[in-house]
Amino acid sequence: MAARKTRSATKKSDTAFTPEEDLHAYREMLLIRRFEEKAGQMYGMGLIGGFCHLYIGQEAVVVGMQMALNEGDQMITSYRDHGHMLACGMDAKGVMAELTGRQGGYSKGKGGSMHMFSREKHFYGGHGIVGAQVPLGAGLAFANKYQGNNNVSLTFFGEGAANQGQVYEAFNMASIWKLPVIFVIENNGYAMGTAVKRSAAKSEEMYARGAAFGIPGEQVDGMDVRAVKAASDKALAHCRAGNGPYILEMRTYRYRGHSMSGPAKYRSKEEVQKMRQEHDAIEQVKHRMIEAGTATEADLKEIDKEVRAIVTEAAEFAQTDREPDPSELWTDVLVDA
Amino acid sequence: MAVEILMPALSPTMEEGTLAKWLVKEGDQISSGDIIAEIETDKATMEVETVDEGTVGKILIAEGSEGVKVNTPIAIVLAEGEDASAAEAASAAPPPPAAPAAEAAPEPAPAAPAAAAPQPVEVSVPADPDIPAGTEMVSMTVREALRDAMAEEMRTDDAVFVMGEEVAEYQGAYKVTQGLLDEFGDRRVIDTPITEHGFTGIAVGAGFGGLKPVLEFMTFNFAMQAIDHIINSAAKTLYMSGGQMGCPIVFRGPNGAAARVGAQHSQDYSAWYSSVPGLKVVSPYTAADAKGLLKAAIRDPNPVIFLENEILYGRSFDVPKLDDWVVPIGKARIAQEGTDVTIVSFSIGMTYALEAAEKLAAEGISAEVIDLRTLRPMDMATIIASVKKTNRLVTVEEGWPTCGIGAEIAAHVSSEAFDWLDAPVTRVAGKDVPMPYAANLEKLALPHVDEVVAAAKQVLYI
Repeated sequence: MAARKTRSATKKSDTAFTPEEDLHAYREMLLIRRFEEKAGQMYGMGLIGGFCHLYIGQEAVVVGMQMALNEGDQMITSYRDHGHMLACGMDAKGVMAELTGRQGGYSKGKGGSMHMFSREKHFYGGHGIVGAQVPLGAGLAFANKYQGNNNVSLTFFGEGAANQGQVYEAFNMASIWKLPVIFVIENNGYAMGTAVKRSAAKSEEMYARGAAFGIPGEQVDGMDVRAVKAASDKALAHCRAGNGPYILEMRTYRYRGHSMSGPAKYRSKEEVQKMRQEHDAIEQVKHRMIEAGTATEADLKEIDKEVRAIVTEAAEFAQTDREPDPSELWTDVLVDA
Repeated sequence: MAVEILMPALSPTMEEGTLAKWLVKEGDQISSGDIIAEIETDKATMEVETVDEGTVGKILIAEGSEGVKVNTPIAIVLAEGEDASAAEAASAAPPPPAAPAAEAAPEPAPAAPAAAAPQPVEVSVPADPDIPAGTEMVSMTVREALRDAMAEEMRTDDAVFVMGEEVAEYQGAYKVTQGLLDEFGDRRVIDTPITEHGFTGIAVGAGFGGLKPVLEFMTFNFAMQAIDHIINSAAKTLYMSGGQMGCPIVFRGPNGAAARVGAQHSQDYSAWYSSVPGLKVVSPYTAADAKGLLKAAIRDPNPVIFLENEILYGRSFDVPKLDDWVVPIGKARIAQEGTDVTIVSFSIGMTYALEAAEKLAAEGISAEVIDLRTLRPMDMATIIASVKKTNRLVTVEEGWPTCGIGAEIAAHVSSEAFDWLDAPVTRVAGKDVPMPYAANLEKLALPHVDEVVAAAKQVLYI
């Protein structure tokens, strides 16, 4: 099949949301935003150690994709993973307690911010080596095809990871074996501090990186949750029909630094402010609902309150839960054969 | 309620910083996400965002202040309807609670300084299954034994599949997978492109996804391209997931020196993989062990590194003709009993060990020869029991001596059976150089039977 290189192959009419969908998207994105803000604050208080990569600004990508999934479809991503876990329905308390390294965390405190998993919610991590999750995600798709379960693996990586060789090894095999995998390039413009135009050839067309392998790709406004959902619907249908992999380049933006060692000199304050003011994913949904009269300020305040309560409870749990028992040092190295 | 904004730590090591600039003033309205201040550390200038909403009630630390400790209150935010008096009340509030620590690990007693050191190696695995009297023994090559092991496991478990370069249509670069494509088809016997890093990641992902991959490397030299997935993805994920996400996978293929193929194709990775928690490492010598251990490895729920040897593929050994011959991982085998000196080896090293034992016997020296079979977890109990009998130990391996398998054994024996030794443990290993090509140099680089004999005599002081 020839690679389709389309900037926006999705028609406007495909992207309309029902009022319920808008409300759902608003709530899910707000939960991620508030959770991440709290995580940033707790990092500042020294309650979270090591690295902490926040997802603020990119919320529409996982939320829109999650809205398109079927039960059993998997997600796998890099270390900027808190948003994916919340979108998968993982418990905010368990995620926050993992950030603080407590026994009630998803990995019993042994994984940390970058390494959480939930078989129940089909979230496969949480990987710390840039690009490594790409062949792993193709492997999940291999298992789907082998088992004939009609599930699709959503494999997320940044535009920075898209320069790793193993990504193209995975593209090649996914294409020749027609694996049901969506390669989601979350293009937030910067790999740490390196702007995409300084690091990637043909950086305006990251969606075309599968062209040599015959993988169709599409560029999506990753700040518009409706566009994300519509593109995901199409890509998922492509995979489920047995046509092999699909690439979605999500044009998005992270407001915070690469990790908590904050925004420095590689981009201007004005650039960040402009994205926040003109393209914020949450504000877009909010304005749309208010304008259309499908929700009032009071309705949304109610959601804000509910979300804040979840985050507050998670933060409290993450600070009061115990550290793992010292005996946990020696467990989970091997499964008892 | 009024909320204090604290001086944030912006890196794992930051303890204090300069509050360079306030971007808000008292009385300003702020909302979540607003940048309110700039902070400088010795490394960078960073911005502070608020997660609170309300009015800046009071700025507690003036801009330009240096050496502001992390977690010092720097400002007070008032909620709707509060006035400045709430700010005073908030500054008097107690600091956030400290993290409750788990109970401290008991202090190691002075008499046991090794308490924090590696856990004692306790291998308690069943011995080899009894071979019923009258069982027919069939002579077969290691190559055939390996293929039969894979075929038998594939017949009983649909989740098992074989993947690698040239494993299907070509029938295996070393013919180990001969006939598997015909029997099981291309769904379960899969040729990959030449792309070790990528296909190893795919196989590990398939393991996470519920399958049991048997991944063949044409040789383990090429697995260096894939070692990130073997260690970071396969070996560590169970631990990092708190026990949720195991990866049942076998990485197998020829390891170590073949013949005259030069340095890049002649490395022994036994010690490399044996140093990694989360992996099991198996390296058999005989065909019976190759078959029984490969079946055990495929059934094992953990990642298993299965190190074969190209030169041994064509050697024939007796294999019991049983429906389900499985040898437990983690148990060494006493290949030959003896009383004067213990020689420990594995894989092709066993050929040097056994030949040396024969030469020693001709001189009236009785050597006990142990075939490790599994390198991790290593059966130290069997080695130490033998050392307690012979009081002398020689290790033999083709790999490099530095930080090698022999070094590991010597460390264990000197800490666990020091008083039983009558001579220092002596290692025979490959020479500490990349493998040369020239026939004479290659021979010099590998261990030699005479070196093993000499080492045995050295520890016997004869």
